[in-house]
Amino acid sequence: MSSRLRFLRSPGGAIGAVILTFVLLVAFVGPFVAPYSPTAAVGEPLAGPSAHDLLGTDEIGRDVLSRVLHGGYSVVLLALAATVIAYASGLIVGLVAGYVRNWVDPVLMRGVDVLLAFPPLLFLLVLITATGTSVAALVIGVALVQAPGIARLVRTVTLEASVRGYVEAAVTRGEGTPAILRREILPNIAPALIADASLRYTFSVLLIAAANFLTIGLQPPTSDWGLMVSQNQQYIAINPWSVAAPIAMIALLTIGVNLIGDAIGRSLGRSTAGWAR
Amino acid sequence: MTAPAPGAGVSVDGIRISLASGEHIVDGVSLKLAPGEVLGLVGESGSGKTTTALALLGYTAPGVSVTHGTVTVADESLLELSTKQVRARRGRVVSYVPQDPATSLNPARRIGQAIEAMIETHLNRKPTRERIRAALSQVHLPESEEFARRFPHQLSGGQQQRVAIGVAVVCEPPIVVLDEPTTGLDVVTQARVIDEVQRLRRERGIGLIYVSHDLAVVSQVADRVAVMYAGRVVEQGATEVVLNRPRHPYTRGLIGAIPDPARARRLRGIPGVSVGVGDRPDGCAFAPRCRLATAACRAQLPELRAIAAGHLVRCIHAEQTREPEPELPDLRLPTSSGEPLLQVQGLCIEHGSRRRAVRVVHDVEFALHRGECLALIGESGSGKTTIARCLAGLHPAAAGTITFDGAALAARAQRRSDDARRRIQYVFQNPYDSLNPRRTVRDQIGRPAETLLGLDGRATEEKVRHLLERVRLPLGLAERFPAELSGGERQRVAIARALAAEPDLLICDEITSALDVSVQAAVLELLEELRQELGLSMLFITHDLGVVSSIADRGAVLQRGRICETGPVRQLLDSPRTEYTAQLLDAAPRLRSALLDEAPRSDAGEPAASATSRPSRVSDGTS
Repeated sequence: MSSRLRFLRSPGGAIGAVILTFVLLVAFVGPFVAPYSPTAAVGEPLAGPSAHDLLGTDEIGRDVLSRVLHGGYSVVLLALAATVIAYASGLIVGLVAGYVRNWVDPVLMRGVDVLLAFPPLLFLLVLITATGTSVAALVIGVALVQAPGIARLVRTVTLEASVRGYVEAAVTRGEGTPAILRREILPNIAPALIADASLRYTFSVLLIAAANFLTIGLQPPTSDWGLMVSQNQQYIAINPWSVAAPIAMIALLTIGVNLIGDAIGRSLGRSTAGWAR
Repeated sequence: MTAPAPGAGVSVDGIRISLASGEHIVDGVSLKLAPGEVLGLVGESGSGKTTTALALLGYTAPGVSVTHGTVTVADESLLELSTKQVRARRGRVVSYVPQDPATSLNPARRIGQAIEAMIETHLNRKPTRERIRAALSQVHLPESEEFARRFPHQLSGGQQQRVAIGVAVVCEPPIVVLDEPTTGLDVVTQARVIDEVQRLRRERGIGLIYVSHDLAVVSQVADRVAVMYAGRVVEQGATEVVLNRPRHPYTRGLIGAIPDPARARRLRGIPGVSVGVGDRPDGCAFAPRCRLATAACRAQLPELRAIAAGHLVRCIHAEQTREPEPELPDLRLPTSSGEPLLQVQGLCIEHGSRRRAVRVVHDVEFALHRGECLALIGESGSGKTTIARCLAGLHPAAAGTITFDGAALAARAQRRSDDARRRIQYVFQNPYDSLNPRRTVRDQIGRPAETLLGLDGRATEEKVRHLLERVRLPLGLAERFPAELSGGERQRVAIARALAAEPDLLICDEITSALDVSVQAAVLELLEELRQELGLSMLFITHDLGVVSSIADRGAVLQRGRICETGPVRQLLDSPRTEYTAQLLDAAPRLRSALLDEAPRSDAGEPAASATSRPSRVSDGTS
């Protein structure tokens, strides 16, 4: 097994991989195998599970199973896009602030502090109200909520890594700042960041689901796990599956991603284990 | 439980300590400690000495267990007691002083609380202030309330180690296990800690197990020595006998590796590397590194047999090892004169911000000639590393000039020309920190060749291969990561990385202080060879006068940021002109080999420094 896949050897990593594979299959293969259209009424409203509708129907008679199978890719992909954008910006700000110890650090960090001061949902609400509801506004809004925390974490681990002997060795041979950040620092802070990234991804999923719940994200009749929870919650007593199934999928997605993130972080950490003596 | 009888002893009989995977870390080790005796346990990293020492406290690391043999401490068999019973005896019957006080003392607790906790655990009552004060004064620490309220980081390394010892002895255990208590301390502090240890033994009759890789240090405190290699005792006997008439080739190698400030001799490293737990060969584990090895050595594990009363050796060739090995000639050439390569004038360096600067280096001047090795000598805190970092362009100077080959050097490495950066290379103190753990050896050695010499891929490849050969590392190491290397191998990689730039000046900052004595000897041997062959000039920063004696041509002694004495090394070490140099020299550990001729030492309050009176020129470590 290549060293990149070594995380699969730990029980957590293996279980996480199984769970995540299942969720991704549902999200991406689901739309092709769904028995019905996600937007078509196919039976009695709020019917319980039956041979016809395995998970029953929602309040306007749409098949819950078909909507679950269609509702995954938006959650998975939007959260991924938001997390990638958040990490790209947070990483650059954090690395620079942590490594370049002059006026740049306080300037960047006070900016970060200002962003951190907003409650996440309020920030999203204000932003989306100002720009109008759109997928782009949702993704960028979630990324902006996440980036400051990432920048703070990256700065902290960079501060610690940048006083290492191997960084000083690079300075004495005249390496430029970008080369030092990329070659010497980034590989050494990666284990902490990967464990963190999986947590950020989870938070993005939940934030997007919350936005959908508050109807400032995706709009009905789109099928989306977060949106399904918000639309069906008042009927939870009549057909609990219409809420439980999308919640279970979101939960599985977050658990799988976190198990894998931890396992990768740990397996990366292990290759440097002997280093601190 | 009742207080243990004073004068309890320890007896270890044939213990085997194994990993869960079935490999033995320690095998067939038997030791005896008479009441009030000091036993030195000596070996390189990985020899199993710490594992053995911890077994005396009934402790094994997770995944490790004692699978065979008995450990008897104060007439109780530790391995038959319950976990709770064993815990009650730790600190009360047998105490442990861990290796690194900086990490073993809880940084979040005041030192008074650390002492308090030990007393509360074992005596079930809250100690009075007087009790804590007494505990502090026992190890010669200030007994003020203010001091007891300090945190470990507010103490010096030597004070931290005293606190650790104070905590260990506060419940008056009859036996204390000390694990490398002075490793990482500078010589002067080390001498004080050793003095403390000797006093405890003298005044309170505590029996000590002293674990160390440094035979010179052990020889100053131990009555008997057990030398361990690859998990087994290879030689055991009275300290004087083992030091003066070592019979095992490994012990002889260790002794040959100890530098001595009093004599200019080339050190001899033990060839090869120490074997790990997984790759111990059948037969004698030392055979692959031994000059006397024969087929019989590899076939069967030699018995530990008595060759004289109380002198045990595990070698079938013990009779052949009587002749002392020939001395290596001192290869150092006379110092060249003429235009100096490096000239430092009026150098002042400050720490801290511009507004709250603390000057740590004052008006330092020295010159380094081509092909010369200049030692910068001082205790920790003397400013020697700061000067080295300043020369490397890592720390700006507050005043003064640095001239390199006739041209002034810019303060920051970033401002220097590529050529200036290439010609001055820096080897860092700690090889566990100076290599990037996420890059292969090939990558790290090749990088300076690419950036500073402008070599292309193929030429770099060639260069890396050449350099690995040059520092005597196997070519297969190129693909490995630092975590897969031993300390000595890492430091060789760091030296190879410095050489990759084809420098004129090599700055070596305490490069052997994190290494075992035998590995240190091998690294110094390598440096000497490189100097001869490449005509390198070297600035060697160290606190170890033995090392200075074996590698440097001239020395400059730093005291609190000022140079107090400079001169040729032999003159500096044989007839020091300043009080401070003499103090350093007195504190330097060396083999207590003159003991045989000495009358038994009086136990009167002699300071530690002179307890190791300088051995006469005739007797030495290898005789």
